[in-house]
Amino acid sequence: MDILSATIFSPLVGVLLLLLLPGNKTFLLRAVSLIASLLPLAGSIFLLSFFDQKNPNFQFTENLPWISSFNINYHIGLDGISLPLFLLTTVLTLLSIIISFNIEKRLKEYFISFLILETGLLGVFSSLDLFLFYIFWELVLIPMFLIIGIWGGPNKVYASFKFILYTAIGSVLMLIGIIWTFILTHTFDIVQLSACQEIPLNVAKWIWLLFFVGFAVKVPIFPFHTWLPDAHTEAPTAGSVILAGILLKMGTYGLLRVNFSIFPETTMDNSLFLAILGLVNILYGALTAMAQKDLKKMIAYSSVSHMGFVLLGLSALNVIGINGAVFQMIGHGIITGSLFMLVGVIYDRAHHRQISGFGGIANVVPNYTAVMGISALASIGLPGLAGFVGELLCFLGAFSSFSKITAAACFGILIGAIYTLNMYKDVFFGHLNEKYAGLSDLSIREWIALIPLMVFILLFGLWPQLILNITDPAVQVFLKFF
Amino acid sequence: MINQLLAVPLAPFLAFAIISLFTLRYKRLSTFISILGIAISLILSLNIAINLIISPSSEEYFMNWIKIGAVQIPLEIIIDPLSAMMLVVVSLVSLCIQIYSIGYMHGDTGLARYYGFISLFSFSMLTLVLSNNFAQMYMAWELVGLCSYLLIGFWYHKPSAAAAGKKAFLVTRLGDVGFLIGILLIFKLTGTLSFSEVAHAISQKEVTCPAITIIAILIFCGAIGKSAQFPLHVWLPDAMEGPTPISALIHAATMVAAGVYLTARLFFIFLPSIEALAIVAYIGGFTALFAATIALAQNDIKKIVAYSTISQLGFMMLALGSGGYTPACFHLMTHAFFKALLFLCAGSVIHSLHSNNIWDGGGLLRKMPITAICFIMGGLSLAGLPPFAGFFSKDEIVLTVFASGNTLLFFMATLTIFLTAFYTFRLFFVVFTGEEKKDTHVHESPLVMTLPMILLAILSLISGWCGPQFSHLIHTEDALHPEGEPLVMVLSVSMALAGIFSAWVVYAKKEVSSEKLCQQFAPINSLLTNKYWIDELYGSTVVRLVQFVSLVSKWIDIYLVDGLVNGTGRLTAFFGSALRLVQTGYLQNYIFLMIAGLVILLLIF
Repeated sequence: MDILSATIFSPLVGVLLLLLLPGNKTFLLRAVSLIASLLPLAGSIFLLSFFDQKNPNFQFTENLPWISSFNINYHIGLDGISLPLFLLTTVLTLLSIIISFNIEKRLKEYFISFLILETGLLGVFSSLDLFLFYIFWELVLIPMFLIIGIWGGPNKVYASFKFILYTAIGSVLMLIGIIWTFILTHTFDIVQLSACQEIPLNVAKWIWLLFFVGFAVKVPIFPFHTWLPDAHTEAPTAGSVILAGILLKMGTYGLLRVNFSIFPETTMDNSLFLAILGLVNILYGALTAMAQKDLKKMIAYSSVSHMGFVLLGLSALNVIGINGAVFQMIGHGIITGSLFMLVGVIYDRAHHRQISGFGGIANVVPNYTAVMGISALASIGLPGLAGFVGELLCFLGAFSSFSKITAAACFGILIGAIYTLNMYKDVFFGHLNEKYAGLSDLSIREWIALIPLMVFILLFGLWPQLILNITDPAVQVFLKFF
Repeated sequence: MINQLLAVPLAPFLAFAIISLFTLRYKRLSTFISILGIAISLILSLNIAINLIISPSSEEYFMNWIKIGAVQIPLEIIIDPLSAMMLVVVSLVSLCIQIYSIGYMHGDTGLARYYGFISLFSFSMLTLVLSNNFAQMYMAWELVGLCSYLLIGFWYHKPSAAAAGKKAFLVTRLGDVGFLIGILLIFKLTGTLSFSEVAHAISQKEVTCPAITIIAILIFCGAIGKSAQFPLHVWLPDAMEGPTPISALIHAATMVAAGVYLTARLFFIFLPSIEALAIVAYIGGFTALFAATIALAQNDIKKIVAYSTISQLGFMMLALGSGGYTPACFHLMTHAFFKALLFLCAGSVIHSLHSNNIWDGGGLLRKMPITAICFIMGGLSLAGLPPFAGFFSKDEIVLTVFASGNTLLFFMATLTIFLTAFYTFRLFFVVFTGEEKKDTHVHESPLVMTLPMILLAILSLISGWCGPQFSHLIHTEDALHPEGEPLVMVLSVSMALAGIFSAWVVYAKKEVSSEKLCQQFAPINSLLTNKYWIDELYGSTVVRLVQFVSLVSKWIDIYLVDGLVNGTGRLTAFFGSALRLVQTGYLQNYIFLMIAGLVILLLIF
């Protein structure tokens, strides 16, 4: 087994060990899960250090026959688009495990779910075979369903079923698309299928649509987004972090990896449609976020808005837009991850998330206020922080393709600032709500989980080339088709 | 040169980083670090400026930032007389204000945070001044906006301060949306964000007029927001909730001038378009007059000075729009000194009076002689009387407007000069002359506050004397260079004197009772006191509209989109339970249905 496979499946080692442990040895369970999530992180860092940034092709590839009667192969590999997402997954999962140490209910099963989830995510981002992709895609679904349904909030059952039904419908459509593709081409191999000529255009547009809806549910693209606020609100903190930080990116990654690379011509025909959907996501998500009273719901809708930027960048079909979209995926993953963690921190203490229920707590919890401030500013695209670069590149790219739509989308950054600063003012500024005069500031464990995110927010904001150097060669490959 | 140049913004940045990471608990150390940082900037800026005065040149430097495919978005800096002048102004005023703050902010619990934010602001503003491309300019632009937000809301426990900070950020960001779209349009048309390359493209006629006009207007939207021009001026008076030294530094001398600086720096985009220049001129001229009228009826010492800032920035815009590149930049410099001075004097008064209301003052001339004399010097400079700095720069502006031949704008400018002198000396006479109030605690401010004031007062006097050298260094070839016109000068000076005299008659001599005046002109007075009800107008239209749309989209989300989803779910469940009725489990029912089905099929075929 090569290093990439080893990294993908390394969390399962932890799962095996956890299965052997009794459920009441809390310390041991935490230690094992922590180590088990350090393994894939180490693996991904190793992959990063051996990744040839100049090489636009897939690297660390493994291609083994799996079900040869259907030409299904275990084909995996990473390129400059999947590697950053791969790293995002290993980092965010580790931090989610750290932030989850205070979970009391069924700790063992909780960590098992997270580690299986990680393997699924890593698999999705490295699969080069549609069938394998689908298997990993579905593997992500189940642990997430359990995480929301078991460790969620008061309305968890409704939320988890809504999540699974929505995504299952998406998956079914995607499966039909995969089988249809196979019938026409007799292969599941994404690399061989790239810019595939064997599928006639009038069929391709239907297959494109099937895949599109499957991915749109995940992104989520309006009007398929209503599972997201419920799932986020009910999920435990780490669940929301992974959900918003990584799961949503499966959708846009899938669009890029499947729709864009296999059906470039259909994608070109539909680029206006993508841009309009991006615009709708940006404005509708932001406006709806503005009307929310619950912190988590507000951030959830802000994710709808920020994923709209990704879509807009993708629709540009040019080098700046697509690089910007990938950058925005990473930036949003880090920023929203930290926002959800921070909401979790305050929820653990106050046991509610009503924005109007706080007030003036900046003096009580100065560190928390500062970290939330940085994350909030990053989220509204302040220069110097990671959110800005993605937005700027998406705008620059999309404007040359769709000027009017992009100009309208620019108002999203204003609405984003409105709800974010309103929230910040209501929670932290003004008269102190005496109920929270004794609130405790960030604990060391919370600091450990948050500091890496703060460092990345600053690092990528100041030095975006760190990511763009990796993504650019791979993006150039896509551009050959457009 | 490049190392020195980079060190100018980086010194305060380092101060910010050290303060926010390590010394937040140590107030004195943080103060020292911050002042040290800006002092280094000032020394280097002076050195750079002197070099440029000796041998005028314009140099550009380039650093990679983003490079994807063939597209580059670098960081670029430019050092020419204009940016060197701004470097000196920003670092000098910032240093004065940081020293002044030692006295003014004495005992404040958040002192280290205060100095951290000021250092961040100095860094951002110096970066803005040095920017030579749109991306970097926009970034610095947003960062100074952030610092303004943080410092207006410095006393965040006050709900009014928190609200004012937010308002400032959002109103300016509305303008920035226009700025951003303008940048996107430039990039689409020229494929570059570098000022020099865009200038080249325009001079080569690669971009032509309707597009240039649109770009210029979009960019000017950003300037309208930052420089608090009508109709986006509403944030600046509220920004007075911040500490007074902040009002002096950010909301008078430097950041609000960024809009003027931007327009001047990008003058090559405005010049080819007559329409764009006209818009700049009319918005500037209107704002100058409009804000001056509001200032007449305000009773808050800081708000009077704030409206005067809006008005003076309007003056600079008017100059730019009339083709007066040099006068606008000249006024930008002199205004920075005298307006910072006026704010520091106001701060000194507030510091000892513990009130912002001018009517709580009276007879402070004897108790605070230094403050009073400094205020007179700043006031005379603002009113535009010789030999003070404001006279020279304002005179050039009025000349330019006169030379441009637009009578309406010229009339507005002269009227503004009268009003400016009037409200400035209304403030002076009410606060510093007349009877003392019974409160006897009033005393002159400490040396650490008066020293920066004295320095700025000297600058408010002498900085106007370098007019010819200034226009020799800072000019553009195509801009208007009007000849001196003695009549115009006489007119503007007599307007200023008339304003001062009227204020003296009403508020010092009290020949005419100001209360009676207010009663006689009650409708106008109430219009002015309420700032033409513009805040209320926005509150009941734009703000309401956005809130309404937001609620509508939430409603759509819950009842329409999600309603449809839940409806589908219920429908499926309903069909499920309906079908379940069929599954009775009784064999005879199934057999009956089978036969019935068979009969129906036979009947059909």
